[in-house]
Amino acid sequence: MRSILEEETAIDLQHINIKLYLKDSGADLASVIPIFHSWIQNQVFNELLIDVADYRHVHHGPGLMLIGHEADYSLDQTDGRLGLRYNRKSPVPGTNLERLVQATRAALIAAQRLEADTRVNQSLSFNGQDLQLIINDRLLAPNDKATRESLEPDIKTFAAKLFRHAGYSLSFDPDPRHSLSAAIHAGERFSVEELRRNLEG
Amino acid sequence: MKSSNSLWKEKLEGKMPEDLAREIDIFETEITLRKQGKLEERLFAETRLRRGAYGQRYDNGQRNDGQKIQKLNFPSGDLTKGPNTMWDAPGMQRIKIPAGGLNASQLETMAELAEEYSDGIAHVTTRQDFQLHYVHIDDTPSLMRRLAAANITTREACGNSVRNVTACPYAGVCTDESFDVTPYARALSRFLLGHPDCQNFGRKFKPAFSGCAQHACGLTSLHDLGLIAKTRVNQSTGREELGFEMYVGGGLGAVPYHAKLLDGFVPPEELLPLTQATARVFARLGEKKNRNRARIKFLIQDLGIEKFRELVFEERKVLPFDSRWVSYIEEARAEFHEAPLKASSQSIDISELVTIGNLNGDSENFKRWLKFNIRPQRQPDHVTVTVALPLGDITANQLRALADIIRRFTKETIRTTVEQNFAIRWVSKADLPDLFKALNAVGLANVGAGALVDITSCPGTDTCKLGISSSRGLAAELRRQVEEKNFQSDEAVQKLHIKISGCFNSCGQHHVADLGFYGVSRKIAGHAVPHFQVVLGGQWEQNAGSYGLPVVAVPSKNIPKVVSRLTERYLADRQTGEVFKDFVKRTGKAELKNMLDDLTRPVAGDRSFFSDWGDVREYTLGDMGEGECAGEVVSLIEFGLAAAERELFEAQLAFEKGEASGAGTSAYRSMLTAARALVQLENPDVSDDPDQIVADFRQRYYDTKVFFDPFAGGKFAGYLFAAHEQSAQPYTEESSRYLIDEAQLFIDAAHSCNNRLGKPVAV
Repeated sequence: MRSILEEETAIDLQHINIKLYLKDSGADLASVIPIFHSWIQNQVFNELLIDVADYRHVHHGPGLMLIGHEADYSLDQTDGRLGLRYNRKSPVPGTNLERLVQATRAALIAAQRLEADTRVNQSLSFNGQDLQLIINDRLLAPNDKATRESLEPDIKTFAAKLFRHAGYSLSFDPDPRHSLSAAIHAGERFSVEELRRNLEG
Repeated sequence: MKSSNSLWKEKLEGKMPEDLAREIDIFETEITLRKQGKLEERLFAETRLRRGAYGQRYDNGQRNDGQKIQKLNFPSGDLTKGPNTMWDAPGMQRIKIPAGGLNASQLETMAELAEEYSDGIAHVTTRQDFQLHYVHIDDTPSLMRRLAAANITTREACGNSVRNVTACPYAGVCTDESFDVTPYARALSRFLLGHPDCQNFGRKFKPAFSGCAQHACGLTSLHDLGLIAKTRVNQSTGREELGFEMYVGGGLGAVPYHAKLLDGFVPPEELLPLTQATARVFARLGEKKNRNRARIKFLIQDLGIEKFRELVFEERKVLPFDSRWVSYIEEARAEFHEAPLKASSQSIDISELVTIGNLNGDSENFKRWLKFNIRPQRQPDHVTVTVALPLGDITANQLRALADIIRRFTKETIRTTVEQNFAIRWVSKADLPDLFKALNAVGLANVGAGALVDITSCPGTDTCKLGISSSRGLAAELRRQVEEKNFQSDEAVQKLHIKISGCFNSCGQHHVADLGFYGVSRKIAGHAVPHFQVVLGGQWEQNAGSYGLPVVAVPSKNIPKVVSRLTERYLADRQTGEVFKDFVKRTGKAELKNMLDDLTRPVAGDRSFFSDWGDVREYTLGDMGEGECAGEVVSLIEFGLAAAERELFEAQLAFEKGEASGAGTSAYRSMLTAARALVQLENPDVSDDPDQIVADFRQRYYDTKVFFDPFAGGKFAGYLFAAHEQSAQPYTEESSRYLIDEAQLFIDAAHSCNNRLGKPVAV
């Protein structure tokens, strides 16, 4: 039997962005440039990877980007904190929960690869406690009270799945000019591997 | 790509101007037809270009990933959006901003579009446009509708059309302009948009307005149509009249041309009809088949300005009357009005502002910001503040913050500038400390607007299909290095301009910089090495008063040393009050070249020279030969091309001395030498006879298209053929100048051809 979450809700969640924060916002991004290029060389994901865009010169910008067809990956600084952001561009089939899981899984896989890459010399370590969820489509998900209320159950179930027993807090960005965005803070830290296990469990 | 694409039309119905809405509907239909195979790809390419949807690097579906040429397997398979341009490949969307004028809600729209359709960055161009990169063609109708709802169009932002009408961003507030050109620029932009007489050009047509002749802000000299505000006193009435000096036929591109005076005084009521007449002559007589000769500058060169003027005025006489000639001007004058948010407060001077800045704890940066980023207005107690954007980039969050800032401090009076920045107009002087604080909080109080650190760059190899070297990578590196020491440098150095183009097409406006660079490649010991041609002595002021000349090509990785060496020498040797352009002239190209000689070669054994700035991949242009490190293997052709460069250098020296004849002859000979070097690859017994060299070159390299540039085709070979045909004619100052530029491009093309051939012949 499908849970309420797996039923189609009124809001069709697409273009989900997941940002996983790093412990250290001052990490040197230059060392990631060859890594992103090698990901393109080896096409390491089930998505077409195309190019690297370097925005390190921009204040609180998208940092270093790996441009893809279905999705972009970036070491993103847009809110002043460094994190790995997965920006799903092409639509994903399934329920809202399945789409949230898809985006988070993609972000976690990329995070795991980065952490393990010897070229960054262990300088990139994820805090495993903070996650930002953004719906990058203002028409599908306008950042208003009604949308937030409508999506909150979906997001809560997703957060409970990801952070299991730890508990979490959830806060929405209230600025209507911003894309709908939720910050989720877990009650304890998880490794990227643990988060992946939780997600798949 | 976006799930919401099908919903925007209904959502915005009634909120878009009807003509723009209809135009976008047509484009959406064309997208559908193309997908169904019912619209030919060439036709679709031109139609999307005329909506500002441009191609981007790797859109042919392959990319060198540093190890191999990788095929990009896009989901739409073989569907194309133009010849050799894959449907799914990310593209660039250019957005026209007439005269650079925006309001706060338009900035917010731009922020939303950058986030939802692009990579979170909006890029301000050297023609006051915006560009969004990595945009999917399927998203463009929604993007355009959202722009249209904000009263912005992308129509004719690219393609063979009238491009954005630019204007001095200080128009109306400048202390020494003749009058405010803004309403006239807006009227002309409105009149020419989609005008039937502007739909049959062989190439693009770029208009620009300036309120004065002495400053750089309008850059009218390098535009197809340049309009400079003038006033005169009517002898019979004694009243002052407004008008324009009208210039035509300027342009940068591969070979830069200065615009020529068409009419010394065009009254406002004649502005639109005379431009229309010019457009009709250009559409009727301009080259259509050979796009390398299709800009209006070539038509004027071929006809001569006198004949062209005669044709335009004849055309003007027979133009059917159009009431919009006057009504658009009147409406624009009536509609355009700017005022301060606050009435003029009591006077405040800089020292008081610094004291306030100190109280805010920002003393040093605030003082520098006041020095570089503030420009007085002719309206007392108000100033214009420049928001300097690194490489012209701004984030979506910064755009929203900027919208808030201009609402808080002004009546939303902001413009984009040709130096890829923003100018916030009508700021009360008393508000400067608070404005600085607000900008600084969002990373928009970068110091050094218009200074050495404020480097202009085109997109180059980052995203442009034509890029040869990484102009943005170099700009970022130079900016980083200059930033570290800029404010300890002498003021004369701080005032210099650096402008960088990724190729010879000059989108970075390198010709009008003190220190200009454009991307070229060289083959060294079997490796393609990214280089920049150093162009010195251009003039930014006086609306781009003069163009620099290439001195020497230097590996990309040595360019920061070039900048250090030249600026240090300038500081050490300059005479009192001597500007850089005059220093270059006095020093002479021979000495300058000599100064940089050791930098023209990569450091032996340093493989970093084989990669470009900000890119870890080994640099390549097509097939790359295997070779040893620099200096170990020299091919016959490399000797030949080096000889050609020497002859060209002699041409430059002769030109510098005012010897037009010698300059022209040497430039022509340098092309022959380069052509001969290539011919020699296939025919070791190549003749020294110019006729034979040209014939051999034509047969082996032109007819076979081996020499053809991947994008410019046979353009550069055409320079050789033209120079050969005209070699018996005397050279003038103007013709020798053009020939030097053409010879440089021909030699660069010969290097590229050699790179593609990958046939080093060791000697």
